[in-house]
Amino acid sequence: MALTTPVRTDRPAHGVVLQDVRRTFATAAGTRPVLRGVDLELHAGEIVALVGPSGCGKSTLLRQVSGLDTPDGGRVLLDGTPVAGIDRRTAVAFQEPRLLPWRTLAANVALGLPRGTPKDAGRARVAELLRLVGLGESADLRPRQVSGGMAQRASLARALARNPGVLLLDEPFGALDALTRLRMQDLLLDVHAAEPATVLLVTHDVEEALYLADRVLLLRSLAGGAEDLGSVARVIDVPGRRPRDRADHRLAELRAELLEGLGVATHHVRPGDPDAHHSI
Amino acid sequence: MTDHVAGTGTGPVTDRAGRPLRALNPFDAMRGADAAPAGAAAPGRARGGFWSRRVVRVVGGALLPLLLLAVWHAVTAGGLVPPYQLPAPASVWDAALDLLARGQLQTHVAISVQRVLIGFVTGAAVGLVLGSLVGLSRAADVLLAPLLGAVRAVPSLAWVPLLILWLKIGEESKVTLIAIGAFFPVYTTVAAALRHVDPHLVEAGRAFGLRGVRLLQTVQLPAVLPSVLSGLRLALAQAWLFLVAAELIASSMGLGFLLNDSQNSGRVDRILLAIVLLALLGKLSDSLVALGERALLRRYA
Ligand SMILES: Nc1ncnc2c1ncn2[C@@H]1O[C@H](COP(=O)(O)OP(=O)(O)OP(=O)(O)O)[C@@H](O)[C@H]1O
Ligand SMILES: [Mg+2]
Repeated sequence: MALTTPVRTDRPAHGVVLQDVRRTFATAAGTRPVLRGVDLELHAGEIVALVGPSGCGKSTLLRQVSGLDTPDGGRVLLDGTPVAGIDRRTAVAFQEPRLLPWRTLAANVALGLPRGTPKDAGRARVAELLRLVGLGESADLRPRQVSGGMAQRASLARALARNPGVLLLDEPFGALDALTRLRMQDLLLDVHAAEPATVLLVTHDVEEALYLADRVLLLRSLAGGAEDLGSVARVIDVPGRRPRDRADHRLAELRAELLEGLGVATHHVRPGDPDAHHSI
Repeated sequence: MTDHVAGTGTGPVTDRAGRPLRALNPFDAMRGADAAPAGAAAPGRARGGFWSRRVVRVVGGALLPLLLLAVWHAVTAGGLVPPYQLPAPASVWDAALDLLARGQLQTHVAISVQRVLIGFVTGAAVGLVLGSLVGLSRAADVLLAPLLGAVRAVPSLAWVPLLILWLKIGEESKVTLIAIGAFFPVYTTVAAALRHVDPHLVEAGRAFGLRGVRLLQTVQLPAVLPSVLSGLRLALAQAWLFLVAAELIASSMGLGFLLNDSQNSGRVDRILLAIVLLALLGKLSDSLVALGERALLRRYA
């Protein structure tokens, strides 16, 4: 019921454009390209999943959009204006929960509220978000008193509290058990339906990507790769409208394609194969 | 978004179209599914154990001092050591009563406590400010840290002649010396702690729009609070050390003066009295700060 206490009603989802984004890190062994030639357009309200092998630059890409990091080349535009520094229109749920240890979960989530939120409205929204992520009973606990999965859900609630135009989620469900993960995926879709935001979501879970996203972006690792390849290996349009059937046949094919792109051997699924769904 | 459900009531959760939201309600059923560690992980303050009981801690802590007193008494009463080397506890007590009756003991204690307090507060405050500067700003680190590091290496007594020359033998010179003593523990701990605040937390604070003073208040200061508090305790201990250094050399009042004066007049009982008083006052002030420390940490850490 976070949706009953919005903090701003006029907040639109923002389109995001990345133009030829490049990021290179200087290391002891010389410069190391992590992102190269990333061209991408996220439509307002779209959900895009980012998959790719560990270390390929998914978190780095998210940081370019949030303004926490700046690209060495190319541009990042939010609604047509370049991102310069940390942008109020975005909210991040980091790969690690990053909760302040001396604050209760409720106070941590409150950190995400947009500045100037009236006290009462803020408190109500925090309470609702905590309840939505299943932490209603744990509002007054400190981060060290909760499990990793609980901390991660609090971190998700903190990002949602912002009611952002662009929601950047870095493996938001990574530490959750299978059941809670499915619930949180549905929660995200529900919040998205009620408070549309442009969502860029990093995940290692191909099923999750196909269930949640309008498009899935497969990144490749540039380490030791050919000089001329860009970071984006493949962009996949996910068919069907949300909420999707988790057992949709059409997704099986894409799943195999993505897993193959990630270097996981699967048995090939031919279009029209009546047994296609067995590979799910 | 505001208009479809009124208030925060307990009715079914629906989206704008009135369609029930799938994910939202099931949680009520799985409440506490993974909330288990809440109770278990709550740090047990009163975790049984004989040695952590309050009575045991107080009595146990008093045990050795009392034993020491008994041995002291036995040694002197048995004539093992001559009184001009070690007077009996009773004569130290008498010396205390005597000085009290003349109204001198109160003055010595009061002036010493006052010097320690003023010096401690001044030194700690400056230490807090400079420590924060050096800990937070690269520029301040580059410019200030080497100089302060060098100043810190100067032994306390080395300052005395200069301070007397510049500030005369009044209160200022003593308080300044004590402030120098209190400054460094605070400065070093605060600067080091701020440099090591988890950069992930600072980044999270920045990501949620905190900057400058608000970032400092919300993330950095609470993160370094435990270090600041232990720095303050060290500073207080240091303040008492520097007090004696200051009073031994040039003063007409205070416990350090009492020490020096008694040495010149050969009053070993008064020397012992001053030492015992310094021990008691030092321990007492440290305990007071420790109490405050515990209360603050319980709230913020
Ligand atoms: N600040 C930095 N300095 C140097 N190298 C960095 C920095 N940040 C990231 N890198 C490097 O960039 C690469 C990509 O990092 P990133 O965190 O984006 O990976 P990722 O795709 O999110 O991986 P994972 O799935 O394991 O989270 C890594 O090889 C990492 O070592
Ligand atoms: Mg990552």
